[in-house]
Amino acid sequence: MQYAILCYHDENVVCAWSKEEDEAVMANLSRVQERLAKEGKLGPVVRLLPTTAATTLRKDREPPLVIDGPFAETKEQLLGFYVVDCASLEEVLQIARELGAANPGGAYEIRPIGVFNPGSARA
Amino acid sequence: MSEVSWIDPVLTSARAQAVAALLRYFRDLDVAEEAFQEACLRALKSWPKNGPPRDAAAWLIMVGKNAAIDTVRRQRREAPLPQEELISDLSDAEASTVQRIDEADYRDDILRLLFVCCHPELPATQQIALALRIVSGLSTRQIARAFLVSDDAMEQRITRAKARVAKANVPFEAPSAVDRSERLAAVAAMLYLLFNEGYTAGASEQGSRLALCDEAIRLCRLLLRLFPAEPEIMALTSLLLLQHARARARFDKEGSVILLEEQDRQLWDQKLIAEGLALIDKAVRHRRPGPYQVQAAIAALHARAHRPQDTDWGEIDLLYGTLERLQPSPIVTLNRAVAVAKVRGPEAALAMIEPLAGKLDRYFYFHGAKGAFLLELGRRQEARVAFNRAIALANTPAEAAHIRQQLDRLAGPLTGKTSATQADRAAAKKL
Repeated sequence: MQYAILCYHDENVVCAWSKEEDEAVMANLSRVQERLAKEGKLGPVVRLLPTTAATTLRKDREPPLVIDGPFAETKEQLLGFYVVDCASLEEVLQIARELGAANPGGAYEIRPIGVFNPGSARA
Repeated sequence: MSEVSWIDPVLTSARAQAVAALLRYFRDLDVAEEAFQEACLRALKSWPKNGPPRDAAAWLIMVGKNAAIDTVRRQRREAPLPQEELISDLSDAEASTVQRIDEADYRDDILRLLFVCCHPELPATQQIALALRIVSGLSTRQIARAFLVSDDAMEQRITRAKARVAKANVPFEAPSAVDRSERLAAVAAMLYLLFNEGYTAGASEQGSRLALCDEAIRLCRLLLRLFPAEPEIMALTSLLLLQHARARARFDKEGSVILLEEQDRQLWDQKLIAEGLALIDKAVRHRRPGPYQVQAAIAALHARAHRPQDTDWGEIDLLYGTLERLQPSPIVTLNRAVAVAKVRGPEAALAMIEPLAGKLDRYFYFHGAKGAFLLELGRRQEARVAFNRAIALANTPAEAAHIRQQLDRLAGPLTGKTSATQADRAAAKKL
């Protein structure tokens, strides 16, 4: 069975870490990740860039609405995610609109990825 | 992290919001600051025992407010002292009385707090010092060290700045849309100054000064979270990130400046670049161009070039042209000339900067760039004069050292390609 582990933290606090503190945390994590990778248990690991870099596409209306910032509602739940490789935000939005047309309702929050480790586990 | 070291970042991240709210209550910077200080002391006592409160800022606001009211009463001797347990021990109070509050509720408070630090009457250095003291919570000693002045001098500077701010009577009502955007612009300019204060430091002072860059970026992100749809704030954040991404590549072991074109691009911080590129991408979608967007777009073109020769100088020339229209200044034209030298050659660049000679006669980069263009044209005698003038005007030893290298090259055989890059010093710094 595959699982996703979703990471939550107070972004203000993480952004207040010094570079050294941040690097120390990442180093601690990568030790655990390396072991998991050797055991073949680790799938992709992603560190998202801050929510200030986020854009949200509300696809519960036609045409969908592009909003700056992260997804802020609490009445909807996180049900899944995509990782796409695009040259620009406009291209990601185009993909999101296409996906949204296939499945209207709710929203997509678009977040640039800062760190991507593909992991070792086979899908 | 050690057992209580988690507290520091929590206090730091809650500070702006908490001090901003306390300033609204007490309408006095000193009282607000002391109230927050007191709340932090109590947090250091309470949190290791009880764990962090669910909403640190709300906890600190409430504890700080009560502590300050207590102090005010004590000073006035009007009211009998309240029972200690009624006012101070909030280890359990936050669950019942302190609701989770959204940073956005404090949007105008935080903006006001930042704005009082950039009162137009305050000289730039006082604005930055005040912001570091009030908003960032750096100690006077830390700020003094960053500015290379004595603790006493910095203490005086901050005291004077506070007195001026108190007289300025910044209104506490919610600002109108126009006021809000004016405040945002003033705050953005102050954050840019703060960043540059760190960015222009020489290699030897990098440690304490680079922290100023980090802090400017942190405050920019904070501002952007409060005003997520402001393209100029996105762009300013982007600009700072893209510049800061090059921090590790900007100086050699001797502390000499390494120009943009000669930097080891492997040392550029790709995570900061990714964030910067994402933000400028977001900003330009609004189709409301502004000076920060143009500057960030220029920085983005440099960041996207894997090798110096991949740089799209034609586009950079066009963007500087736009910046000249939005924000005409001889310095912008000087920067544009660097791009023009790449696209149309040093002669065109030289012609472009000649008319600036009067205005920029006392400006280091003007003479540095002029020397480089002249050198490229083989006019060595004139180049030497320009470089000597630049050295005389250098702001830091690193700048002077760099020009000296140019002079050394000038003394050697002319290779034709000596270094077209002195001119990029201006670009390296400003982009």
